[in-house]
Amino acid sequence: MIRLQDITKVYVMGRQELTVLRGVTLNIERGELVAIMGPSGSGKTTLLNLIGCLDKPTSGSYYLEGREVSLLSSGELAQVRAQKVGFVFQTFNLLPRLSALANVELGMRYAGGSDRSRALDALAKVGLSDRANHRPPELSGGEQQRVAIARALVKTPPLILADEPTGNLDSRSGEEIISVLTSLHAEQGITLIMITHDANIAHHCQRIIHLKDGEVVSEETI
Amino acid sequence: MKKDQLKKWLEPLETAWVGVATHKLRSSLTILGIVIGVGAVITLMSIGRGAEAQILTNIQSMGSNLVTIRPGAFTFGGVRGGTSETLTMEDAEAILRQVPYISAVAPSYSSNLQLVVGGKNTNSQVSGVTTDYMSINNMKIASGTLFSEQDYQRGTKVAVLGSSVAETLFGNANPIGQQMRMGTIIVHVIGVLESKGGTFNSPDDAILIPLTAMQQAVAQPLTPQGGRIVSNITLTVSDQSQTQNVIDDITSLLRSRHRLGPGADDDFRIMSTEEIASTLSQTMGTLTLLLGAIAAISLLVGGIGVMNIMLVSVLERTREIGIRKALGARERDIWIQFLIEAAFLTFAGGIIGIICGWVVSKIIDSIGVMTTLVTPDIVILAVSVSICIGLFFGFYPAWNASRLNPIEALRAE
Repeated sequence: MIRLQDITKVYVMGRQELTVLRGVTLNIERGELVAIMGPSGSGKTTLLNLIGCLDKPTSGSYYLEGREVSLLSSGELAQVRAQKVGFVFQTFNLLPRLSALANVELGMRYAGGSDRSRALDALAKVGLSDRANHRPPELSGGEQQRVAIARALVKTPPLILADEPTGNLDSRSGEEIISVLTSLHAEQGITLIMITHDANIAHHCQRIIHLKDGEVVSEETI
Repeated sequence: MKKDQLKKWLEPLETAWVGVATHKLRSSLTILGIVIGVGAVITLMSIGRGAEAQILTNIQSMGSNLVTIRPGAFTFGGVRGGTSETLTMEDAEAILRQVPYISAVAPSYSSNLQLVVGGKNTNSQVSGVTTDYMSINNMKIASGTLFSEQDYQRGTKVAVLGSSVAETLFGNANPIGQQMRMGTIIVHVIGVLESKGGTFNSPDDAILIPLTAMQQAVAQPLTPQGGRIVSNITLTVSDQSQTQNVIDDITSLLRSRHRLGPGADDDFRIMSTEEIASTLSQTMGTLTLLLGAIAAISLLVGGIGVMNIMLVSVLERTREIGIRKALGARERDIWIQFLIEAAFLTFAGGIIGIICGWVVSKIIDSIGVMTTLVTPDIVILAVSVSICIGLFFGFYPAWNASRLNPIEALRAE
């Protein structure tokens, strides 16, 4: 499903060039549950952003479902994001003025339009039916992250990307989130890629990719 | 399918509404700027339009088939050339005799005279006129009588006053039958004219006496050829469609009577009421536009306010824009969202501004300071300008928002 070939990413900051990824080659099959681990600054988030079409590689090619996406325009990339990718962020990134339900509906907004009943279904799947009309500030961290997951899965994308989804949560909420994510993966066959620092969480996954200084240093299959 | 289409249009509107509604105070202040701008445009332009309409009614009340001949060449710079004493009684008589389609001719001779009423001493313009003068100028008597053909023939020393002159000279006392000294003669007031209002050539300020009586008060000057000089000649055209022919005929008659060579400029100026009306309404139209332009400055300032708020709003919602982009919003989606917000602010301001401007201009009208007239074209102009301003000043912030890099936007606090 995902095929990265010799991907590099160089950021230019003033006169300095910062090479974040140096020739990453990676294949991820449909329905896989993959963890990406590595020390900070190793390029994990950059890699996830590239996979999620939020950014373009400096060189190399990226095939998503057989389609070369590294050459697409920003508008076409936006459409790929809208149709194919659900993001779950460490900091939740919900809109604080909107209710949980409206936040979930926003997940469908650019993928063909909102549908209230589907949004309610998605909230039910993460166990938050009774919180639909609460705003994010009225919810606990774990609940906010579940709203974010509902927002990512409401448009039933083939791919969900999670950047340290438990990083801002206490361990109990973190476990809840991981069990929600893994059960979604198990039930719906969604391809799930998640960045984590936590080896215990990584061991819930089928494969762990270790990144260091912008290169894949090792892969382990569990 | 139809429902989906509708949704596609409604969702950006809803998003924009949420954006506006979450910052109530800020949005209302921004709207207020536009309200003041649009309101000012409508109020000031309605004052201009009101004045325009009033002047046209005044002219109409003067009589629409009127032609006035004044002495002196007139150039459009406003400078009069040549001698100003070229029209004579004999000219007036010749015009009545020789030019067709003229129903009446009224020469008049005006002079500044010292008036003494009781103990009061003033200076005022007195016009010596013929009996036709009153009917030609649509003047109606309010109390007393007009002077008769007999009074005119005999040079009876009687006067008819305009309503405001009567009030100035005699206060609340009834002026009919009163005496007043006018230069060297003493006249009796026999009538007061109906008030017509207006400021342009208003009959309310007139003091009229028979031209024959005038000749006793002041020596009417003569031309070298012995003609009795008049200040102007007013006449009515019996068939309005012939006005231009009448003007042409009078021109050639006067040119030959005044012995003007082929290359010489006219030493008189002929104007019809229609011509005066069109000149004045043109002038007033310019005035209305000028007033509108002054008010438009405040509309411009309001527009800059919208732009300012939109820039702040984009900055403040950088993270929201990042989230929307991550969810698949294209640049166009973001762009439209912020543009609709700006358009919404200015449109709301425009609507409220129309109401405020209309109310203010009605108040001005009803307390009698000025006549105002709100016409549909003013309203359409104000609203379309306000929406254009919203789109124009909303464009840059919206474009800025759409160009944000989603990764950086997501990192923003």
